[in-house]
Parts: sequence; C-alpha cells; structure tokens
Amino acid sequence: MKRIALIGMPNAGKSTLFNRMSGASAKVANWPGVTVDLLSAKLLLAGNMAELVDLPGIYDLHGFSDDEQIVRHFLCNNTVDLVIIVANATQIDRQLTLALQLKSLGLPAVLLLNMADEAKQLGISIDTQHLGDELGYPTVLLSAKYGQGYHDAYQLIESELQKSQAMPTLSLEQDFVVDQEVEDKLDNIIRHSVDVPIQTSHSVTERIDNIMLNKWLGLPLFFTIMYLMFEAVYTIGAPLQDGVAWLLEGFRDLVLAPLLSALPPLLNSFLLEGVFDGVATVASFVPIVIVFFLFMAIIEDSGYLSRAAFLMDALMTRLGLDGRSFVMLLMGFGCNVPALMGTRTMRSRGLRLLTMLVIPFSLCSARLQVFVFMTTALFSPSQAPLVLFSLYMMTFAVVILTALLFKGQFNSSEPFALELPPYRFPTSRQMMLRGWHEIRHFLRRATKFITIGVVLVWILTNMPFGVEPASSASWSGWIGEFMSPILSPAGINPELTVALIFGFVAKEIVIGALAVIYGMEGSALMQGMAQQIDWVQAYSFMLFTLIYTPCLATIATLRSEAKSAWYTALSLAWPLTLAWCISTGFYQAARYLGY
Amino acid sequence: MKQIQALSSLVAGQTATVQALHTDLGFQFRLNALGFRIGKPIKVIRTAPFNGPLHLKLGNTEVMLRQQDADNIEVLYPDCVEII
Repeated sequence: MKRIALIGMPNAGKSTLFNRMSGASAKVANWPGVTVDLLSAKLLLAGNMAELVDLPGIYDLHGFSDDEQIVRHFLCNNTVDLVIIVANATQIDRQLTLALQLKSLGLPAVLLLNMADEAKQLGISIDTQHLGDELGYPTVLLSAKYGQGYHDAYQLIESELQKSQAMPTLSLEQDFVVDQEVEDKLDNIIRHSVDVPIQTSHSVTERIDNIMLNKWLGLPLFFTIMYLMFEAVYTIGAPLQDGVAWLLEGFRDLVLAPLLSALPPLLNSFLLEGVFDGVATVASFVPIVIVFFLFMAIIEDSGYLSRAAFLMDALMTRLGLDGRSFVMLLMGFGCNVPALMGTRTMRSRGLRLLTMLVIPFSLCSARLQVFVFMTTALFSPSQAPLVLFSLYMMTFAVVILTALLFKGQFNSSEPFALELPPYRFPTSRQMMLRGWHEIRHFLRRATKFITIGVVLVWILTNMPFGVEPASSASWSGWIGEFMSPILSPAGINPELTVALIFGFVAKEIVIGALAVIYGMEGSALMQGMAQQIDWVQAYSFMLFTLIYTPCLATIATLRSEAKSAWYTALSLAWPLTLAWCISTGFYQAARYLGY
Repeated sequence: MKQIQALSSLVAGQTATVQALHTDLGFQFRLNALGFRIGKPIKVIRTAPFNGPLHLKLGNTEVMLRQQDADNIEVLYPDCVEII
C-alpha cells in the first residue's frame, strides 16, 4: 500500500485537508499545534488503497521539540511514496522553507498552498506554475476549508502518486542549516512568482484585536466571554438533557420493562437497574457535552486561544507557567487527554511537567456532566449557572495554588514565540463533524468504561445475594462504611463514596453509579438526591470530584508523556490530598457558619 | 539617525529592521521559521498588560514574544520605510 504524508507548519490546515480527503473528523483548531500525534486514514486514490498520514505541524526539520521529533522519527522509520506539503498561502514568504528542506532530501512531493480564500482577500496573487517549476514540485492553490481548488489538488495528488516510487527510509542525521544560500533562493523564487501588495492587513482581525487585546478591557472581556459561554451551555443544554432523559425513561417504562419482566428478578434488576439506568443516565448528558463542544469549536477555531495566551502570559509567568500552559488548561475544559498531549510543543521539561501537573484540574466535559446533574438537582435554575461558574473559577484557584507550591521543583525559562493567527469562523460542516466526533467518543467510552463501571457498581450494591440493594449489608455498604471516617468530615456519605471510587475510572461513571446506587434514573434520581443530601454536601462532593485523582485515561497519558513513575505518583497523590483538604475545609466551615 | 537597539526597547507602533538574533540555536531556528530574518521589517503592535509579551508583526505573520526574549533581538531603528 502506498503511503502519503501531510507535512507543513503548525496551523497551515493539514488536519482540515486530512478531514476533507478522508472524511474523518480529526480535531482542528485555529491554534498552532493541535495535532501532536500521528493520525492516519486509508483511502482509495487512483484505484489503489493508500494510507494518508497527518503529521504534527513543524516549523522545520531540525527536531528541537518533541513534536518535531515525532515527524523526524516518522520520516526515518517509514517509507513515504508522496509528501503533501501544506503551506499557508498568505505566509508564503516564510512557509516555503520547509518545502526547500524537503527538496534537499529528495522527497517526492506536491505543494498545496492553502487558505487561497484569505490570500485572495489580501490581494496576494501567486503564479503557481512558475513557483512549481522553480521549486521542482507541482503546486496548486486551494482552500481546504471551503473547497475551492480541492478538485485540482486531488487530481494532482492522484497523478503524482501513480508516478512516484517509494522513497527508501531516510536518514535525517544530516543537519539542515538554513543558510544564506537557501534564503536567497527562497527570496528569488518568491520575488518572481508571488505578488504581495505593499500594504497587507487583516483589517477585521486588527479591529477585533484593538478591543480584545486592549490593555484594560482584554482580561475582563476574556472572563465575561467565558461566563457567557458556560451560561449558554447550561441554558441550551439543560432542556435538551431533560428531553433525552424523558425519552429514555419512556423507552424504559414502555418497552424495556415489559420486555424484561419475564426474566428472574435478579437478572431483571441487573439489566434494568444496573446496565440500563446507569448507561442511560450518563447518555442523557451527551447533548450538553455536544453543545459545550460546539461552543469550544467556535472558540478554538476563532483564534482567540492565542489571544488568551497573550493576555495571560505575564500572570502565568509568575506561576512558573506561560501563556501556552493557560491555553492547554482551557483546552482541558474539553478533555484533559489532548490537552496533556498538546504540551509536546514545549521544549523545556520543567515547564512541561508543571503544566501537566495542573491540567488535570481543568473541569473537563465529563466532570461537567456530574456538575450539571448535581446543580440541577440541588440548586434553583437561576443559581445553577453561577454555581457551575464558581467551579470553573475553582479550577483556576487550584491551578494557582499548585503551580506556586511546585514551581520550585519544575524550573524553566524557555524562550518562546507564538503565532497569533487571524480570526476565523468554523464552517457548519466542521461544527457538525465536531459534534459527531463527540458522540462517537461517548459511544466508545460507553462501551468500554461506562458499562463495565455501572455493572461493577450494580454488583457491589446487590451482593452478597439477597441483601437490600445499597444497604449497609451490601458490599458497597461495607466499602462506604469503611471509608466513612475519612470522607464523612467532608460531608460525603457512603453512597457518594462508592460513586467517587468508580469516578476514578471515568468521571461520567459517577452519575451512572448514583443512578444504580439509588435505584432511580432521570428526574426521579434528581429528586431522590435532593432528599438525601443538602447543598453543602453536594458542593463539597463537587469540589472533591473536581480536584481528586484524574480519570484512568488521563493518568495513562500522564505516565506515557512524562515517562516517570515518581511524577505519576505525585500527580495521583497531590490532587487526592488537596481534594480532601478543600472539601473538608469547605464543609466544616459551611456547617460552622450554620448552613 | 539610525541606531541598533534591542527589540524590547521599541514602543507600540514603531517599525524597525531585524539585525541580529542572540539566542540559542533551537530558538533561532524557530524565530527564523516565524519570519525573523535579518533585514526584514518588524513592527510592534502592542504590549500585553502587566508588562506582558510584545505583539509583533512580520510580513503577514503576527507573533507574540516575551520582553525578556525581545531583549536578545537587535533591530535597526528607525527603519527606512514604513512598509508594514
């Protein structure tokens, strides 16, 4: 099978092209360095199956950071039949360096000048024929996002692939010195094939930045936008969650319950109150997660994340972190795992480890489900979004505390320069892909962790045989009682304790587990919860859920990224200790004050 | 009178020409790739609050760079023509 590799600078649009060619939904964002791992897809090109590989964006082939190493490693260990060089046409003056480096290696390639739409708006005209001849690579102008020129690009890739011979594995030992000769050649090529107006500017971006990056308004605007986003997620998502819960409840009562009624009681209870209630309760929160990710997609694609890095860098520096760490924290609001992997663009190990230590405190979408559930059950509709926002602020508070305490251990002063791309808006197609991606992500987790988790919870609450489910005689009761000296000072009762234990695997299981433990689902479960615990206990439980040990997938990523057992142990023990202290502190203080 | 000075000494709105990059090799490659090349014009658009990073423009690329790193970049100011 032939192999094609996508290579280009960060934020040149490789993943957008990858998605367009393969129909996949790789994550894209207007932020340099979203793809940090290899993604591959099989597709039919010119009558043959070919493997298309999306590589992390790199500035050059020197390999000074982990993501650049990944690309070097890939090129050294794999034969490649064709390289697709993706370059941002509006920045052609500097992005062609990579093409020249690849040319010096003798790799067969085509050059795709992406973002043709923006180049046109800026009045940049490129003679692709001349440029291609000078460079020795066939060249096409296209917009991977909107599709102009895509047909030509596709045909070019097909015909070049048929012609090309697989390159033997490369040895990249040689160094690529960007010497004056290469630069002169580059300048020469560009002078003859590219026409750039003397005065170019993304005037819309400039005007937006004048407000967004204003010295006094910038930071207040950032937090206002964040608050409005979470308020909107809650306002749009909560009724959707209600609707899905109602549908699932109807399905259970009208279809599933009669169908399973013939089964022996224990098996019936296992399937209905164990598997179905548990998984359905988690599933009802998927719409909220989708709404959340649609908003995230807009923010990520807008280019605002780089601006957040710009605004926050000075403050983050005082914590031993930097603007990129802050952006990774924001990305962690979606899922901690890709945020941890995003730190690969950092070259200093100290900075990377400190950033990875604080990312798990990011209130990820799985925890969001737990908090939406708890706040809806125990707070009024007007209070709920504020409570939710306070938990997001808690993320920052815990991050600040942790960074200040540990910055001495993870020292760094890495110089870095970060691109501020122009503002962009995702297409509806990109947003739909993102929504679909999240549904698939949930289904995969549901089949792996969530079902197994709720089944285990059911077993714990119903064993040994014949006990009252979840009573103190059941296994879960024993565990709850056993842990109660530790967790009762934080107001966390035995039932909640069992849910927390399973939340270690995946945070969504916490709600599924509560459904199984209380033997209810949907609105009945929320009412049941409200009768069992008060708001002080609920908030203490949410604080604990936010801060304590991250989920299994996050820990596995931390371990494989840091490659240190000591560090992994620290990233397990510290959050657990902190969670207990903060929850207990809050609970005892609230009770002392008479709440 | 043209004069060589540190990039960090420019204020918002000023344009200069890149003269030298006194950084380690890895960062020099990164800066090169971002468009910091000797003889190229560079403009300071603004600085971030709390003595934060500089917002710079080189050609069609906008970049943020910390003050302490901008200390190590020499520029020639004023530039002959204001072309960005």
